[in-house]
Amino acid sequence: MLLRQPFAPDEFDQVILGCANQIAGEMNVARVAALRLGCGDEMPAWTVHRNCGSGMQSLDDAFRAVAHGDMDLVLAGGTEALSRAPLILSDEATEWLAEFQQARSAADRVKAMSRFQVGFLSPEIGLKQGLTDPVSGLAMGQTAEELAHRFGISRWQADDYALESHRRLARAQEEGWLANEVEPMFAPDGTIYDHDDGVRPDSTIEALGKLKPVFERYGDVTAGNASQVTDGACWMILASDEAVQRHGLTPIATIRDSEWAALDPRVMGLGPVLCSAPLLERGGFGLDDIDLWELNEAFAAQVLACLQAFADEAFCREVLGLDAPIGGIDRAKLNIDGGAISLGHPVGTSGTRIVLHLVNALRRTGGKRGIATECIGGGQGGAMLVELA
Amino acid sequence: MMTDSDMTKTAKTKTSVKQFLGPEPMTGSEGTRGTHWLRREEGDRIWLVLDRQGVSTNTFNEEVFSELDALLDDVEKGHWRTVIFRSAKASGFAAGADLSQFRGVDAGPQLDRRIAEANDVIDRVAALKARTVAVVHGTCVGGGLELALACDRIVARDDTRLGFPEVLVGLHPGLGGTARLTHRIQPIEAMTLMLTGKTVSARKAFKLGIVDAVVPERNVAKAVDEAARGRIERRGAGFGADALNLRPARLAAGRRMRAEADKRAPHEHYPAPYALIELWERHGGSQAEMLEAERRSFAALLPLTATQNLVRAFFLRERLKTNGKGKNEVAHVHVIGAGTMGAEIGAWCALKGMHVTIEDPMTASLSKAVAGAHKLFARKLDGPERLRANDRFVPDVHGAGLRHADLVIEAAPEKTDLKRGIYERIEGAVGEEVIIATNTSSLDLNALSKGLKHPERFVGIHFFNPVSKLDLVEVVRHDGVAEDAFARALRFVGAIGKLPLPVKAAPGFLVNRALMPYLGEALLMIEEGEQPERIDAAAERFGMPVGPVELADQVGLDICLAVAESLAEGLDRPMPEIPEGLRIKVDRGELGRKTGTGLYAWDENGKALKNPVREEPDAAMADRLILPMIDAVAAALDEGVVEDDESADAAMVYGTGFAPFRGGPIEYARSRGFADVASTLEKQARLHGPHHAPSAWWRKT
Repeated sequence: MLLRQPFAPDEFDQVILGCANQIAGEMNVARVAALRLGCGDEMPAWTVHRNCGSGMQSLDDAFRAVAHGDMDLVLAGGTEALSRAPLILSDEATEWLAEFQQARSAADRVKAMSRFQVGFLSPEIGLKQGLTDPVSGLAMGQTAEELAHRFGISRWQADDYALESHRRLARAQEEGWLANEVEPMFAPDGTIYDHDDGVRPDSTIEALGKLKPVFERYGDVTAGNASQVTDGACWMILASDEAVQRHGLTPIATIRDSEWAALDPRVMGLGPVLCSAPLLERGGFGLDDIDLWELNEAFAAQVLACLQAFADEAFCREVLGLDAPIGGIDRAKLNIDGGAISLGHPVGTSGTRIVLHLVNALRRTGGKRGIATECIGGGQGGAMLVELA
Repeated sequence: MMTDSDMTKTAKTKTSVKQFLGPEPMTGSEGTRGTHWLRREEGDRIWLVLDRQGVSTNTFNEEVFSELDALLDDVEKGHWRTVIFRSAKASGFAAGADLSQFRGVDAGPQLDRRIAEANDVIDRVAALKARTVAVVHGTCVGGGLELALACDRIVARDDTRLGFPEVLVGLHPGLGGTARLTHRIQPIEAMTLMLTGKTVSARKAFKLGIVDAVVPERNVAKAVDEAARGRIERRGAGFGADALNLRPARLAAGRRMRAEADKRAPHEHYPAPYALIELWERHGGSQAEMLEAERRSFAALLPLTATQNLVRAFFLRERLKTNGKGKNEVAHVHVIGAGTMGAEIGAWCALKGMHVTIEDPMTASLSKAVAGAHKLFARKLDGPERLRANDRFVPDVHGAGLRHADLVIEAAPEKTDLKRGIYERIEGAVGEEVIIATNTSSLDLNALSKGLKHPERFVGIHFFNPVSKLDLVEVVRHDGVAEDAFARALRFVGAIGKLPLPVKAAPGFLVNRALMPYLGEALLMIEEGEQPERIDAAAERFGMPVGPVELADQVGLDICLAVAESLAEGLDRPMPEIPEGLRIKVDRGELGRKTGTGLYAWDENGKALKNPVREEPDAAMADRLILPMIDAVAAALDEGVVEDDESADAAMVYGTGFAPFRGGPIEYARSRGFADVASTLEKQARLHGPHHAPSAWWRKT
């Protein structure tokens, strides 16, 4: 993307990168990325963290800085390398290790050794900890179970949604609709990664039905109807009118508005409804004015619960304070090229990715306006309203 | 009042903090100036700082030593507790002896005296009663390391490279280095270092026990202080090393070393390693005895023709380097074509600090290029440096890097129309000042240049395979090239650490033109029924690093054929007939190493599977292979393809590995007599065909 630009990478004002799981060797990963991308020693950069909303938060920071006139040209995006999530020692093991390292004499060390327990060797997976909300004590998948229960979403409905996600992504890949969005990556050994390989177009409802629930023994959320754990990164360039003029850039879209909302962490999956509603209201838009939706597919049951909430009169009246329900979002307008269930949910990246994809999907389908929205672990939601330039 | 946005803009200052601070100042690099030495007194310590006048790198000559000798008079008279040696040069401590003083020396008492005088000064340093500390940085090799080894303690800055490269110019250390290193560290490690001529990092030198502390510049003052107070211990050889200096151990190890040396450098061509092994075997038991013996051994090596030719080769290299001196303006290189050559060129440029984008219509080629580049970086670099090199090498699927390039290197398949199309695309994307270079080896540059709107910035930059091993790069001038663009290309080649040779556009330029008759003759001999292994042996015994049959397989038979055809077509002189066998092999896809079969079968590690030589090759066989190659160099000189015979010799030594101990093809011909070369060629022409007929050049000079 930087090579395509007529300006040099050191001409950005700032670099902002969303990331939910930074690794110890790359703290403030935004600055690491800026330096490695050749943005120069003098490029300020910061990393933002809002769990699954990190990649949209970076865009929002950039959007507001440009709108306020503080910055003209910003590189913003999201990144996540879940495959590199660290193993974490249990507290007991950590204490023991600290004691062992402080042991000066051989005798002290022997003493420390004697207190070692084999259990210290089974580390916890950092990712698992990260995907559990500490306040409610629920894993993300369990919040989806909660929504499925409250909104009466069946296992079959969730699996059917997941199947469609795979079909849509496979079609998009086949048609080359992602060619202007997915750059081939070359691993150091030369392996080429030129598409998201989690897509399973040949899966069937029967096969999905055979999968065991992952989070709760008697639940409905399976690996097949949840988003996939993957790595990914996504960048966008945000520019002021002045920067567009100065560098002769061609804008593809304008960010019109954004909104964040929060709710009970146990039902964090409804976040998209809470933050999208004010966007519609502020813009005076009805559902007909929104040509496409990207609603991040954290879990199939969670997406379906959101759709029900949008259409539910009582929910819209009591929670959103609306006189009438927002209405049913046409599936033909929602996640038209699949989503996190079929291509993966690299946590900090997804926010940037769904905004970028929304823009590209609008351009392809001849739409004008769209909303990208996501639920955020811990009980939040983020939404961004974009219009084609 | 400033608005927020004004503040962001003014925050970008003209001078960066890094520029403002400049390079890190060196501790203790100043003092009262003599000619080549500075001295500074500091309590009971005295600093002797080498800053040889008029050069950027310290080397030793008689003047430097006699001034030091005089300084030592003072030092011995004073009551200094510590003497500290350092260099004031940014480039390093010292690069050793000024080799120019070794050229053209004769054996005899005068040479012995010169060697003795220099050694006496170093021995005087070693004998000082005061505690001596050498603070070394950057390049600390040869004599530089020998001075440091004469000190009690060595403090190395973390950027130091240390070693004894003497063996590469046909010598071994001659200022006590052989004796002091074998007694300072484990002797087998010491011998290995001296026999390979390799340099080691400060950290490795610390592990080996050569240096006693490794510190960044900011800790140098503190470390010197600690050393002066006697708080830094000698690293030393480690437990049991002394036993290895005992006679039975020396004899056993010496035998192994000799066998190893024989594999790489036959005794009759390269006497230095054998002299070094013998020196240690016979005298390694006593440092004092070895110091004495080293002087004699060194004096015996220096006047030998092989040594003199290797020293000459060193200066030829320096001469090529000068072609590329000056400020390089290229920062971003865009390579078009990620085949073997394109990929290796791109990787090398990124290794040497260029930003590289490399494009190819086949992503599979890019994938191979990435794998190869990362392998190269892993071999040559560590830590953050390696990471940055990885980041500088960008596989460019869409060719988006083109518009940012300062230099574009086209390394596409050898098809004129294809290349013309590429040049058109390049010219549409980049400014007029951007250099467009081709790596072609067989197409006519004058013809290719015709297709360009601005041919004046079009040059040939011809690398050799493997790029990471062969240092020569031919920079090719066609009739319409602008001097400025040509000079920029030369400086770019210099900046990536290669040796640029300016040549005129002519079939095969210099190196391939010279190699083709050599390879062609070998192919003819195979057709005549000669054993390929025997042909290679004849050339290798002459001193070529690789025989012609193996080389043809390495280069690729398809490329050999293309170059041979272009030569046959483009040159007025008769060429050896292109053997039918070669065309058949190429048609069958048996192209050599890259396909696993060619003239030889190749194993998966890229090694040719050779049979034992059935019958020893004779001198006539070597002449039949080598003289046509030398004659092609003469013809190229005659036609002005290359400027002068020294450049030609340099190019052949660094582009083909032509027996360096023979000084290069023309130097070899000179030692043999031009008349003899010409008449031998005439004789060969009668026996083997008109392509052996000598060039007119031999009679002109």
